[in-house]
Order: sequence, then C-alpha cells, then structure tokens
Amino acid sequence: MADISEELIEQVHHARNAKSPLNIIGGGSKRFYGRDIRGAALSMTEHRGVVSYQPVELVLTARAGTPLVEIEALLNEHQQMLSFEPPLFEGRATLGGTLACNFSGPVRPWGGSVRDQVLGIRLINGKAEHLRFGGQVMKNVAGYDVTRLQAGALGAFGIITEISLKVLPRPAATATLVQEVTMAQAINLMNQRSRESRPLSGACWTDGKLYLRLSGTERAVEGTLKLWSGEELHNADQFWQKLREQKLPFFNSKSELKRLDESAGRLSAGEPLWRFTVKPSSSEILPAGDWLIDWGGAQRWLRGNYDMQELEILAEAAQGQVSCYRGGNRQIDTFHRQPEVLQLIQKRLKAAFDPEGLFNPGRLYSWL
Amino acid sequence: MTEKSSLTKAELVTLLSTFIDPNLIIADQETQRPYECDGLSMYCQMPLLVVLPETLDQVQGLLKICHQYGIPVVPRGAGTGLCAGAMPDKNGVVLSLAKFNQILDIDPVARMARVEPGVRNLAISEAAAEFGLYYGPDPSSQIACTLGGNVAENSGGVHCLKYGLTVHNILKIKMFTVEGKLISLGCEGLDSAGMDLVALITGSEGLLGVVTEITVKLLPIPEKAQVVMAAFDSVQKAGDAVGQIIAQGIIPAGLEMMDGHAIRAAEDFAKAGYPLDAEALLLCEVDGTKEEVHEHIEQVELAFQQLGAFEVRVSQNEAERALLWKGRKSAFPAVGRISPDYYCMDGTIPRGQLAYVLTEMQKLSEYYGLRVANVFHAGDGNLHPLILFDANIPGEFEKTEEFGARILELCVKVGGCITGEHGVGVEKIRQMHSQFSEQELAQFHAIKDAFDSAGTLNPGKGVPLLRHCQEYRTLEKPAPSGGNH
Repeated sequence: MADISEELIEQVHHARNAKSPLNIIGGGSKRFYGRDIRGAALSMTEHRGVVSYQPVELVLTARAGTPLVEIEALLNEHQQMLSFEPPLFEGRATLGGTLACNFSGPVRPWGGSVRDQVLGIRLINGKAEHLRFGGQVMKNVAGYDVTRLQAGALGAFGIITEISLKVLPRPAATATLVQEVTMAQAINLMNQRSRESRPLSGACWTDGKLYLRLSGTERAVEGTLKLWSGEELHNADQFWQKLREQKLPFFNSKSELKRLDESAGRLSAGEPLWRFTVKPSSSEILPAGDWLIDWGGAQRWLRGNYDMQELEILAEAAQGQVSCYRGGNRQIDTFHRQPEVLQLIQKRLKAAFDPEGLFNPGRLYSWL
Repeated sequence: MTEKSSLTKAELVTLLSTFIDPNLIIADQETQRPYECDGLSMYCQMPLLVVLPETLDQVQGLLKICHQYGIPVVPRGAGTGLCAGAMPDKNGVVLSLAKFNQILDIDPVARMARVEPGVRNLAISEAAAEFGLYYGPDPSSQIACTLGGNVAENSGGVHCLKYGLTVHNILKIKMFTVEGKLISLGCEGLDSAGMDLVALITGSEGLLGVVTEITVKLLPIPEKAQVVMAAFDSVQKAGDAVGQIIAQGIIPAGLEMMDGHAIRAAEDFAKAGYPLDAEALLLCEVDGTKEEVHEHIEQVELAFQQLGAFEVRVSQNEAERALLWKGRKSAFPAVGRISPDYYCMDGTIPRGQLAYVLTEMQKLSEYYGLRVANVFHAGDGNLHPLILFDANIPGEFEKTEEFGARILELCVKVGGCITGEHGVGVEKIRQMHSQFSEQELAQFHAIKDAFDSAGTLNPGKGVPLLRHCQEYRTLEKPAPSGGNH
C-alpha cells in the first residue's frame, strides 16, 4: 500500500540518462497482449492502494498498481461496482493495466468501458514530469482529454500512476435467458433486444446458444423475463464470470490446452485468437469460422490460423477493426493497420509525451 | 509548407472565389457582424473573412490555402457556445459549417446515425423518434446547437449522469487536419485499436482539426419517465438529499437543483408550480421500464420526505412532467428577466462540497455587491452560477468577471474543475493556470503541436501561453458590449 511515485520518477530519469527503454509491467496478466518487446522491466506492483473512495460521490481513486480484486472487494462493501466488468485474470489484473489495455467485460455496451468511466489520471511523461489530467468530478472539459487518450495506448505515453474513475451501484436483481439459435439468428435477436427499453446487460452467443442477461430493479427484471423468449438459466453468474475471464470452453480448445502456461493456467502462445470490433448488426463474417459473439454483436472472437490482412478486409467491410488478441506471431503488428496519415499523427503524439521513446516502444505498433 | 502570410484580404477572396460561390464568402463588416461572437456575447472580434463552404472539397481547399499562407481558421457551428470558443481571429477566416446540415444515415438496427457537423442536436432525436430511438446528450441549447460544436466542447446536458457526455455517445469522427488531409477516427464498433483519438478530439475546442462527419450512438426511448419535485428550506438539506438518493443505488436520468433566486425567477417565467418560499428545489427524473420507474419513484419520493422536503410532487402525466422541466430549462432566460445581464459560470465540484461552495459564493456575492443565482446539475456536480450584473454600469462587467474567476478558483480548490461542459475558449483561459501546472500546460501545447505545429487552428483558445514564455502577455480584456443571452 505504498506510494512509490518518487522511485518511479527516478527510474525514468535513469532510463533517460542510460537511453534504455522501459517495459511497464503491472500484474503481468496481459503480457500476451500487443507485441513482444524488450526493455528494462519497470514494476508497478508496489505502487498500490486506494487513495480515496467516497461512495456517495460515486468516485474512486487508486494507484495504478492496485489489483482490481482489491478495488472490487471495497466497492462490494458499499453495494457498488466497476460498471465495465473488466477481466480480473486470477486476481493479477491491475487498474493501470486495465486502462492501458482498455479491457472491459460483457456488460460493456450498456455499462460503458473503462475508457468511459475514467475521470482523471496522474502520469509520468518522458521528461520525468509527474502530471495530473482530468480530475475526480464527473464532468471536466478543461484541457485536452489526456485521460481517455491512455485507454488502449498500452503505456505508450508514460507511466500512469493514479486513476480516478466513476463507479456505480450494483443492480438489485439479475437474471439470464438462454435459447438455442444459429449465429445469424443470434446477431439479429441481440440487435432487436438492444433496441428495446429493457434492462439488458449482456448478450453473448457461443456454442449454439444465445445468452441474454438482465440487470436492474427486481420488478424490471421480472417483467422482462415474462416478455422475452428463452429459458431462465440458473447459476448464470458462472457463465458470465467465465465469459468475463475468457475461460469459457471456446477460449480453451483441446489443441490449445497443450500450450497452457503452467504458472498462470492459461494460454501463452499458439493458436491465434482474433478479436473483431464491428458494427453490432453486421451479418456473419466467415460463417464457417469458430466464433464467439459478445457485446450484442459488437465484439466477435474468432479462433484459428488466418491471414491478418484478409481479416482486416473483412473487418473493414463490417465497419470495424480486427486485432490478433492472443497467440500467433507477436513479433509483427497485432492491431488493425493504420493509414499513413494516422501513423504520422500517432508518432507525433507519442513524441509529444515521450520524445526519447522510453515507454513500451513497439508494444502497440512496430512503428511506435 | 507554411509561408508567412503574404495574401491581402482581397487576394484571399479572389483565390477562394475560384472554387467557392462568392456569395458565400463574406468580406463586408455589416454581413460579418452576426459572426463577431458566439453565445458569450461579451467577447467580440470581427474576422478577416467568413466563409460558408458547401462541399468537403471546398473545406479542404480553404484549409490548404490557409495552411499555406499561415492564415488562422476558426471553425464555427451554430455559435451557441458559452466560452468564446468560436470568437473570430481578426486576421483569420471563420469557417462556418452551417451548410453541412444533413443527417446522412440512420441505422435503426445498429442504433446509430451518421451526421454532418452542422446538424442540430435535437434534429437527430427528432429524426430517430420514428424508430423508437434518440440521441442521449441534451444540452440546454439543443434546439439550436450543432453536433460539430457538441464534439468540440464535449457537451453534456441534464441527462449525463446516466447517459454520459458527447464523448460517451459518439463512435466515429471524420475530420480534416489543419493541412487539409481527411482522416477517419474510431469505427462503428464500440472501440478501436490503440490510443483513443476520438476521445482526444472530443472537447478539443476546434484546436486539433475540423470535424466533417460524426457517427453517433442512438438509445432506445425509455418506456416511461417521471419526475419528482422536492422543495427544501435549505440548500444543505437538498444537497444531502442528492447524496442519499445516490447512496440508495438509484442513478436518476436527471437530478437538478435550483436555489432561491433561480426558483423565483423560473416560477415567474414558466408558472411550473414551484413553491416560492423554497430555498432549494430538486427535480429528480427516473426513466426506464414502467416497473423500474414505479419502483424508483416510490423510493425517491419517500427519501425526499424523510430528508426534510417540505413539499414533494410527482408528475402524474407527460404534461405535468414537461411543465416541471419547463421551469428548469427556462431558468437562464428567466434569470435574464430579473437582471439586465447575467454571466454564466460552469465549474464542477464534488457533490459533498456543495454547501461549502454555495456558502463561500454567497460571501463573494456580498463582497462584490452582485447577486448570484444558482442552477446546478446536482447529480454530476456541475454548477452554473449566474452572476447578475448591468453592463451599462461602467466597470461592472470587469467586476463580474473577477467574481466569476474567484468562483472557478474555489471550484478547483475543493477538488473540482473550471469547466464541466462549456469549455475554456477565450473566456476561461486565464483560469487554466489555477487548474494546471506549467508542465501540464506545456504538455497540452505539445499535443497541439502534434496536430497543428503552426498554431493556425482556432488560435488563442483553450490553452494559455506559458507564464515563462517571452511572449506571455495578459490577454486584452474585451470591452463589454452589453450582450445578453
């Protein structure tokens, strides 16, 4: 529960002087994500602890190395939660890593993402300056939104040391409906249900079944259960928990089990897992593929060996993007291609924060 | 490459006239007059030219020329902004996007709309209504303000506690860089690879690019919405009640507070039935399914009674709900009737600091001898103190500005910020120093340089010059023009 920001600043000074890049590591739960990089490890695990939490304000501030499980336990005491349901990865996921990767769970289309809920950060930039952006209030438009710029940047701009975010009350009731449908039917139904003013909080299709989760007041959930088709699923929390943690059978096929990382009990490399983020109503992409559809159709997982360029064309046709989420070749670019003009802007932005390229060089893109 | 400005006004007009209808290039002062300010009419400046292009090619051509000759460009939507963010540059071009007013596509299945930047905020909800959908952010100016401006300011509204700000409700942006290159940010999925450039552009006040197309999310229209009005004899009690509602696990669709001055002005104007003897009034709207609204309304009503409200009223039908809101929505013009002029501030504070901030504000009000009415997005801590003044009294606007600056510094002191939804523009540029360190401001300048190294897009707005810079100078205070809005 310590504040080691002074030591972190020292490490950045040292890296500058030695011209030696840094590899920022929180709980190490998302090492599989982005490109493999070299660089002196800079550990965030000591920089942890909740700095402030006032349930009535719906705002929590914690150091970046704080494990999400600690934050969730505290919120739980006050019947509150992280509204974006991030993966906890056996308790190793930290708040900082979650923001840097912009990871959110099944509730994302309705509960928002970590990017949506973050209110402010402290960041050590490449000049070893410890800066503060955003704040602890719900609305703040003073200055550029450096806070949300961090979401998905994989630490390219500096060391996020502290994060304030909006938290929400836990819903009073939750229930799940399940029904057997094809992937195409599921996509239609997910979009249809999302158009209704009902307390939908999860919509996933896997293994021939569509799961719709409802969360809200007891009467709203009960009322919707009566209106919508499907059987009520008991012990549904287990299903959503496994989906959130990417532990459903889809994420661990027989062929992949051979390559389990023993220490973590999860995949380390091997068969690529592709993540599509597309227009939710897009019809099936590669109908013969091995798919899991989440986020009401907006996030789609595909397993197997494919040519990334071909998948990029398919993703663009679905008004979206694709990334090689896990497995496959991590030496080459794993995120959707960027046009030259955007590459130039992103390089300039990176240089604006990190002129000497100290932070996670090459983790996000080979050219950044 | 940027060349030093070597074009005269006449030469620029001639050059632009080769590809833009000369009737849409406004060079004379009389026709330019409506463009001299935005909604903050105390800040005025006549531009070199006003141009209203009709096609993207024309916007691109204009940007390329301005970039080449180092001519400032100030993008403009409907001009309803409240921070002088669209105030012209005297040597620059006002680039009006008013002609880009088409809703390009509504996709009811995927629940999104693709719009041009000159589309009015309310027009989207009106067009989507036939599909049972609407656009979430609803700034008070929604009848007139445009989506391009909403993106520039990251506009909110009375429903943002539950439905978020502009940044939470847009998926994709197309924009021109200062050099006139068209780029596309985001996608029609919920997120995109890498750093979040859509978030960076949202709220960037037209300093990083010229937005030409926005894809917004649409939400299902709630089955039911109901509002509870609660009147209190003290601001403290009303403030505590707000906290209690949220502590009970209810996220209202809107939760608004007005103080005594605002209540009486609004009641006089709208005849909404607000109790005139109240010192604080809360309006709490709950929406969702019928069952959900029923359950929450019962809880809210009971909570307000237990927390000392001396009058509680629940809207029984749509007409009553609309009437209760009418008072709040017309609070600004209503206050305009009790004073020759008013100046609207926009600080945000942690809700728990409300009573302290209002008490301090009252002390300042007495010190400056100026009345202040408060309208407050209580759910998300966004204060709109309205300082009442008379611009015809010499020195009173200057005094008002100073009072306003003290209020914003107070907001920062209690852990809040200088602007929740109106933006910095020219108006609050000096107060940026109270919220940010020189290093933080330098970081903002570095971001600006990454997009616009010559600094020709909306210059002089958003981020102040650094104190240590040689060029730093106190901004000239514009003369009050007696404006009112």
